[in-house]
Amino acid sequence: MKLSLGPLQYFWPREHTLAFYREAADWPLDIIYLGETVCSKRRELGTRDWIALAAELARSGKQVVLSSLALIEAESELGVLQRLVDHGDCWIEANDLSAVQLCRERGVPFVAGPTLNVYNHHALAMLMDDGLRRWVPGVEQGHVLLRELREAMRAEQREMPELEVIAFGRLPLAFSARCFTARALDVAKDQCGFRCIDYPDGMPLATREGRPFLRINGIQIQGEEITDLGPELPQLRELGVDVLRLYPQAEGMAEMVAHYHLARRSPVAPPRIGARNGYWHGEPGMRVPETT
Amino acid sequence: MQLVCPAGNLPALQAAIDAGADAVYAGFRDQTNARAFPGLNFSDDELRDGIAYAHQRGRQVYLALNTYPDSARLPQWYAAVDKAAEFGCDAIIAAEMAVLDYATRTHPALKRHLSVQGSATTAPALRYAHERFGISRAVLPRVLSIQQVERLCEGSPVPLEVFAFGSLCIMVEGRCQLSSYVTGASPNRHGVCSPASFVRWEEHDDGRRSVRLNQVLMDRFEPREPAGYPTVCKGRFEVGGEVFHALEEPTSLNTLELLPRLAQAGVAALKIEGRQRGVAYVGSVTRTWRDALDRYRASPQDWAAQPRWQSALSKHAEGHQTTLGPYHRSWH
Repeated sequence: MKLSLGPLQYFWPREHTLAFYREAADWPLDIIYLGETVCSKRRELGTRDWIALAAELARSGKQVVLSSLALIEAESELGVLQRLVDHGDCWIEANDLSAVQLCRERGVPFVAGPTLNVYNHHALAMLMDDGLRRWVPGVEQGHVLLRELREAMRAEQREMPELEVIAFGRLPLAFSARCFTARALDVAKDQCGFRCIDYPDGMPLATREGRPFLRINGIQIQGEEITDLGPELPQLRELGVDVLRLYPQAEGMAEMVAHYHLARRSPVAPPRIGARNGYWHGEPGMRVPETT
Repeated sequence: MQLVCPAGNLPALQAAIDAGADAVYAGFRDQTNARAFPGLNFSDDELRDGIAYAHQRGRQVYLALNTYPDSARLPQWYAAVDKAAEFGCDAIIAAEMAVLDYATRTHPALKRHLSVQGSATTAPALRYAHERFGISRAVLPRVLSIQQVERLCEGSPVPLEVFAFGSLCIMVEGRCQLSSYVTGASPNRHGVCSPASFVRWEEHDDGRRSVRLNQVLMDRFEPREPAGYPTVCKGRFEVGGEVFHALEEPTSLNTLELLPRLAQAGVAALKIEGRQRGVAYVGSVTRTWRDALDRYRASPQDWAAQPRWQSALSKHAEGHQTTLGPYHRSWH
């Protein structure tokens, strides 16, 4: 099994980000996803910086994939996507249909990201004809659906692409035209002051009973819980999962990568260090309180 | 511009047609559409009757097949496409690739509209759906500003439909997992957001009420405070020590004042949201927009949003509030 570092979902200061990836170059990772997937206003690293970082990390032997925005609204955002695709040296993580189409038009291989909405074998096969090489299913899809999809592919004598599953991190649940960080701080979206840089793991949102519930991350909403599929590794293996995705968190990523590196080489499942991902088991994604 | 109105059931379909809808959109009574609520939608016979009613009056019926089937359930969606063709629907509204591809290959004469759940916000995304599935129209997600809608109208390979009025989904449609995170049931897979079976109201001794979605507290209301339906995005939560509608207030989208700009941009159709709303809503909102559109067509230079239209629409808005939402840059 390969290990990947998913794209950075948060907004970190430039030096912090560069130092993080400098360290990551030495971690036992196979694949690193780079780029801004949440908000185009986050420009501590510009497109040129991400591409330069990609070249640097590729020299350390990792496969580097350039990730695209999940929601593209402005012409300028489309321009950035065009530059990523035209760069040509890296696969693209296509997080919306715009990226799929540009890759298809240019013949650039792509990874279907978790926000692309691929739910069945037929859609997957069509995207493979368009250049899809690896697929990260959306957060809702658990082992039963993936097993059915794999069997359906086999029945139609289609090869599966590489299958990458989100193993560790806060799940990306929703995207909006609205910036929820700006709203929480009562500033206009266009005058946000890039304040999400103050929340390196997002902004906690709790219920009125004080129960941690969601994370606000600019225009994105995440689940509060940091999910961990470590204990399910035997099942993931049996299902033919090729890549485990770990999403960057502000603290402790080196240890987390080391933990998964050890786990992938061991026949014994590791203990759970994060939250159980209900989606994987066909349940609500979050842990639902038993009593009120 | 065409006026496309919601038909949650046969009486609503008739009300919309009678009030001047150019087209209505409807769904089967199952998970093949994004409003799979109990008591809503159409049986085969009702849909046949509805289509006959609309066609006798020169109007159209679109069938929403806008959910995302997994591999095992694909045959059910394919069968729904077959029925749409057999019953004489004027178009299907779909987002899922396998469904669109099946319709393209099996019933090429049946028109295909890309649903809002397809989340196509750019010319390349629209190009993909056009080249791959030969769509003849796309419904834009409610995330673009009016300037972006205008720009997209210029670069789109197909005519565009935009949301004009109704309950405001603030997340990118087709890509919101908030409901399934809490309940396990999802808009994309099951056609439901915050299903009623997971909603529990609690009356407290002091007259206050709490509402939970699968045990998770969504909001608490003062004794006489109006309480809306508990979708996650419209609950009140605590962020940074303050309790407020952290994601969105209960409010409705209303673009009436943008009508001339939408028309000049070349928008092909205006969509009214609300298949879950009653006949009174459908009739009144359709009549109001029909009047506004007819007056614009008769005399575009003199057109202005009339107070009586706005007041009629406000009556049907969530929390009696309306917003231009993402059409307006300062929305936050």
